[in-house]
Amino acid sequence: MIKIFKYSFSDLMRSRWSFIYLAFYLVLGFVLLFLNNDLSKAVITLMNVIVVLTPMIGTIFGIMYFYNSREFTELLLAQPVRRSTIFLGQYLGISISLTLSLVLGLGIPFLAYGLFQSGEIANFLLLLISGAFLTFIFVALSICIALFNSNKIKGFGYAILMWLFFAVIYDGIILLSMMIFQDYPLDNFALVASFLNPIDLSRILVLLKLDISALLGYTGALFQRFFGTSLGLSVSLGLMLLWVIMPGVLMVRKSSKNDF
Amino acid sequence: MNQKSIILLLFALCSHLAWANTYKVCASCDLSTVEAAVAFAAPGDTLIFEPGIYPSPGTEIKKPLTLIGKEGTVLDGQKQDYILKILSDDVTISGFELLNSGRSYTKDYAAIYIHRAERFSIIDNEIRDSFFGILVEKSNHGSIINNKVFGEATREDQSGNGVHLWDCDSVHIAHNEVKGMRDGIYLEFVDGSTLLNNYSHHNVRYGLHFMFSNHDEYRQNTFESNGAGVAVMFSKWIKMIENTFVQNWGSASYGLLLKEIYDGEVLNNKFDRNTIAVYVDGSSRVNYFNNLFRQNGWAIKVSGGCYTNSFSENDFEGNSFGISYNSNLNDNIFNGNYWSDYSGYDLDKDGVGDVPYRPVKLFSYIANKTPEAIILMRSLFVDIINFSEKVSPVFTPDALVDNSPSMHPFR
Repeated sequence: MIKIFKYSFSDLMRSRWSFIYLAFYLVLGFVLLFLNNDLSKAVITLMNVIVVLTPMIGTIFGIMYFYNSREFTELLLAQPVRRSTIFLGQYLGISISLTLSLVLGLGIPFLAYGLFQSGEIANFLLLLISGAFLTFIFVALSICIALFNSNKIKGFGYAILMWLFFAVIYDGIILLSMMIFQDYPLDNFALVASFLNPIDLSRILVLLKLDISALLGYTGALFQRFFGTSLGLSVSLGLMLLWVIMPGVLMVRKSSKNDF
Repeated sequence: MNQKSIILLLFALCSHLAWANTYKVCASCDLSTVEAAVAFAAPGDTLIFEPGIYPSPGTEIKKPLTLIGKEGTVLDGQKQDYILKILSDDVTISGFELLNSGRSYTKDYAAIYIHRAERFSIIDNEIRDSFFGILVEKSNHGSIINNKVFGEATREDQSGNGVHLWDCDSVHIAHNEVKGMRDGIYLEFVDGSTLLNNYSHHNVRYGLHFMFSNHDEYRQNTFESNGAGVAVMFSKWIKMIENTFVQNWGSASYGLLLKEIYDGEVLNNKFDRNTIAVYVDGSSRVNYFNNLFRQNGWAIKVSGGCYTNSFSENDFEGNSFGISYNSNLNDNIFNGNYWSDYSGYDLDKDGVGDVPYRPVKLFSYIANKTPEAIILMRSLFVDIINFSEKVSPVFTPDALVDNSPSMHPFR
């Protein structure tokens, strides 16, 4: 598995798109900090970008890479290697190279602007961790979609739809149901609903760490009481981990049965 | 007034002038304690205290006196009682450090307690570790200037108020600093008074609190990081001018609360980084003119039964929600304000935008109806619906429009 991971990783690291992705974050980080020296404000803006962008890039990159390297995968399948090893290796290759772009691209500008001297380091780390989790989750989901659909166009469509669902449609459904059932107590519903979507989960996790959490009022206080504790933090990180593992398991099981 | 009484009055005045003496108080002087000095002095006398620590639990001043402390003069209440009780007209207390009043849940112990006294002046004192700082009851025409009241309360029941006035008239409160008390300055049934240039910060509840007080004015004060900045409740004709409200931040916090206020003026104030800059509840005929709202959670939150309020020439810059409104617009007017997220144009270059501005965003409207929806803040979906609502308003109140938004900030 390590070998295949190495192949995928070095293949991706040499690809133009990884560099473009890295350069994008570098530019974003530097421009943000140049325009506004306040690290905490920059973290808020970055949160908006990361929560939307990392899942999207993860999805598109994952599915593109998987379809493009199909011939290589078929070649590997002919070798005496376990199927799960091949797919997990590729999966890790994509996710880790994307995460590396994210961490380096944002880490360098923030380090240059004195991250260690500010109190924002914990928030920044949380931001990076949730960004990394989102990358892993959405790459895994998109590979699953690719495994289930050998038709590229269909697979691509489903992947985009999946991203759209988690990033936009899900929130719309939540909002709608909140408005319909507004006569009922909704705090716990809100808590559970935001738990089930990794994008919402990471958004709220970062939001609560930042100043604007006071805006969330009573509901925010409830969230704060839950997420603010180390138990809440570990539960939500555990849930993110579950979100990585579930599609991972699905991927391994599907790949072992799939006809190529 | 007949002739006889005038003569008597003149005589009293002359004798007063003739016999007004100054005495020194120190540890080795003839007058070595506060109690003895106050008992010895005749009405109108001045007592000058040399530096040192003087125990003063419950000293009562029942005649017109002037007490002056040189720098480093400490009056210690020994945690028993009031420190100074002023029960006479024309008393001046100046330059003392007052420590350790009693604490009680049944009596309002204060460092300086003034009861039924006219023309008092409390100047240049510093009060620490006391239950109430300066407590004034039924006293008029006094002044409280340049005092400092410092407490260390973290809960509302741990402390009294810094400066507390009850049933007073024409009191001048200026240049004081209050921190770490329950309310910084509290006025109840106080009329015709002015507050000028006070700094009230880090108090547990309100920086400044009005109840049932009319015709008062506060100007150039700063309220910073209090539980809530200023609460004005059940009062009429209050003028609020050139004050600064900063960082009153917390899930139930606001810069300025107006509850049941009539005929007030809110002019030239600055609201910076408050959760809710102005929270208006059941207030009418209040003018908001030329205020600056910058980076607040909500700039203005209006709820219930407000009539004939007018908002004009205010600057709204970078607030998370501009205006939140949960009732009918009634006859309140928003006109000619500057909104930093206004994206209209000004073709005739007269400085007024050609497209009306709608200050209530769709999400702010939704969050008002279903507060739980606020957890969707800063999600992509919310940005999308806000944008589409801006392009073609369907849900947000139709009449709540600024028809002549300014293109440039006013201040």
